Amino acid sequence: MSEQHNRPDDENPPAAEEMAREVDELERRSNTAARLFDVRRIIGGLFVVYGVIVTIAGILATEEDLKKAQDVNINLWTGLAMLALGIFFLVWLRVSPTVPPPPAEELVREQGIDPHDGGPDSGRTDGGESPGTRD
Amino acid sequence: MHFLAEELRLPTNGLDYTLLGIYFVVVLGIGFAARRSVKTSLDFFLSGRSLPAWITGLAFVAANLGATEILGMAANGAQYGVYTVHWYWIGAIPAMVFLGLVMMPFYYGSKVRSVPEFLLHRFGPSSHLLSSIIFAVSAVLIAGVNLYALAIVLEALLGWPQWVAIVVAGFFVLAYITLGGLSSAIYTEVLQFFVILAALIPLTVLGLKRVGGWDGLSDSLTSSHGGSFMTAWEGTGIGTDNPLGANWLTIVLGLGFVMSFGYWTTNFAEVQRALSAKNLSAAKRTPLIAAFPKILIPAVVVIPGLIALVMEPALGKPGSGLDYNHAIPVLMRDLLPNGVLGIAVTGLLAAFMAGMAANISSFNTVFTNDIYAAYLKKGRPDEHYVFTARVVTVVGVLIGMGTAFIASTFSNIMNYLQTLFSFFNVPLFVVFIVGMFWKRTTPAAGFWGLLSGTVAAMINYFWFYQAGLIDIPTEQGANFVSSIVAFVVGGIVMLIVTLVTKPKPAAQLQGLVYGTVSPGLQEPPAEGDDAWYRKPALLGWGAIILAAVCYIPFSL
Repeated sequence: MSEQHNRPDDENPPAAEEMAREVDELERRSNTAARLFDVRRIIGGLFVVYGVIVTIAGILATEEDLKKAQDVNINLWTGLAMLALGIFFLVWLRVSPTVPPPPAEELVREQGIDPHDGGPDSGRTDGGESPGTRD
Repeated sequence: MHFLAEELRLPTNGLDYTLLGIYFVVVLGIGFAARRSVKTSLDFFLSGRSLPAWITGLAFVAANLGATEILGMAANGAQYGVYTVHWYWIGAIPAMVFLGLVMMPFYYGSKVRSVPEFLLHRFGPSSHLLSSIIFAVSAVLIAGVNLYALAIVLEALLGWPQWVAIVVAGFFVLAYITLGGLSSAIYTEVLQFFVILAALIPLTVLGLKRVGGWDGLSDSLTSSHGGSFMTAWEGTGIGTDNPLGANWLTIVLGLGFVMSFGYWTTNFAEVQRALSAKNLSAAKRTPLIAAFPKILIPAVVVIPGLIALVMEPALGKPGSGLDYNHAIPVLMRDLLPNGVLGIAVTGLLAAFMAGMAANISSFNTVFTNDIYAAYLKKGRPDEHYVFTARVVTVVGVLIGMGTAFIASTFSNIMNYLQTLFSFFNVPLFVVFIVGMFWKRTTPAAGFWGLLSGTVAAMINYFWFYQAGLIDIPTEQGANFVSSIVAFVVGGIVMLIVTLVTKPKPAAQLQGLVYGTVSPGLQEPPAEGDDAWYRKPALLGWGAIILAAVCYIPFSL
């Protein structure tokens, strides 16, 4: 774990390859691919909720609402479209779920290392209990 | 008749606020949920270079689709007419395609973590530090300008005091970026993209119905503003007068080439999204995927600007209390019932926050990676830099909030600043393009080109244009000219300096200049990336052709 010592130097900037190797190493240790949730879940969830609320507003639309919106029940149509978009994202997620890369070997290696470099907010041990991580 | 901005107040109710509240809860949830994925500085700055192309592509377009852009382009539509499409079809698409097809192999393939870091490899520390500082300062000030714009819009629309809007929006951006880094910024941008479309599409449909469809819109504006208002190119001959105050040469060179290539290819707030893609193919496709929504966005931004002009002819007239920036809020007020109105308010607020977040997330990367880690505290463990980046995020947002408060007392100065930053990218672009295509370009030329181009743009804008030494009819026309000046001066200085200084040895330029590839950096294409619809060349040329086709109905 000595990849951090390749920082640029005023007199003699390191060759680009050295920094590229550093990025490679960080990429190997990176957690995003394995642990970041899928954004389709969020888009799908939010648009289903929005769709239902706005559709109900459309069903309950008053004369005044309709008149303002040029006699179009815009809440109903927008609500249904948002609902459809939300369902589309959830179905897409179901049909082709994210495949997390197999990091088994890495994780074992990391667990041996983590106690030493457990700086503030290293995010591995304390992140698991955060609210809203998995639903 | 509406004589006061007060009358812009939207008739929001509890339903609308519920929709807004749900959004705030969700973005905070994204921040907390993304936190567990941040382990290394690469996770925080570039999402571990692991995101799929459709996400980075939508984030790429959404980072540009901030609220100042939406309100501003609708305003341009109301002020300049159909000419506004130039900002999209010639002023964005060619540059986005160029970034994807030509420049991305150098950016992504060389594994740099930021745009300034590329300069470090290509030229050396002096241009690296100069461009890092210029970028960091401008990013944080633009974030402040964004926050201030949000505050005045929310004050007009919802009646929130300015400080409430600044503190609330600033706090949420601070929270989710500090927690999740770039991943939460990107996820929020993708979400915002869909919410703002869910607001703008109904708005445009209702507006068109109100003014009698496209034909009705076209007829009323042709009779009130003349035929060329509804065309893209009519009246742009050199020396003829048109609402834009620019001729075809300044449009094509100033906007289409220099300004737009400067913005799209070297602005790290944009490029960062592509650098977070999971492989080179996805990185190349990021701006190309973004190009397609970008081509269609004028339909829901510029057209509402035109509609607003028909529905509210006083728009932009002195004494009406409504300036062109109010085009979209006026339509929201007059057309949207509660419910969709809440979606529209949420979309607008989300767009402001995303615009600010794009600046903050690129600021914390450049400051931590290119200034702090490169020159101030080298060689610390990676965790130290993750922690620093979080602190820098908090400080950046606080400075942005401070800037926003200052801006509320000096709003004119802030407008100038924003204009100025809009062409800070141009000198950077000339340094990139010369350095990338001319192997001999020396490190000294990079530094002096950057510095002289920046100074030249400032002199042209503040001295020649503001003081009236040259006569340019509009602000936009002046911007086009300033960027051409910056490009030409920067280019000439680079040429001269290169001829009298020593170039870098060719061995150090592998993978950084055109025609070379870094040894050992080719990756095998990922499975499925050879599908025809994922071919970068097809996507890129498809976007160019589509943009050209879009011009046809407005050019005949």
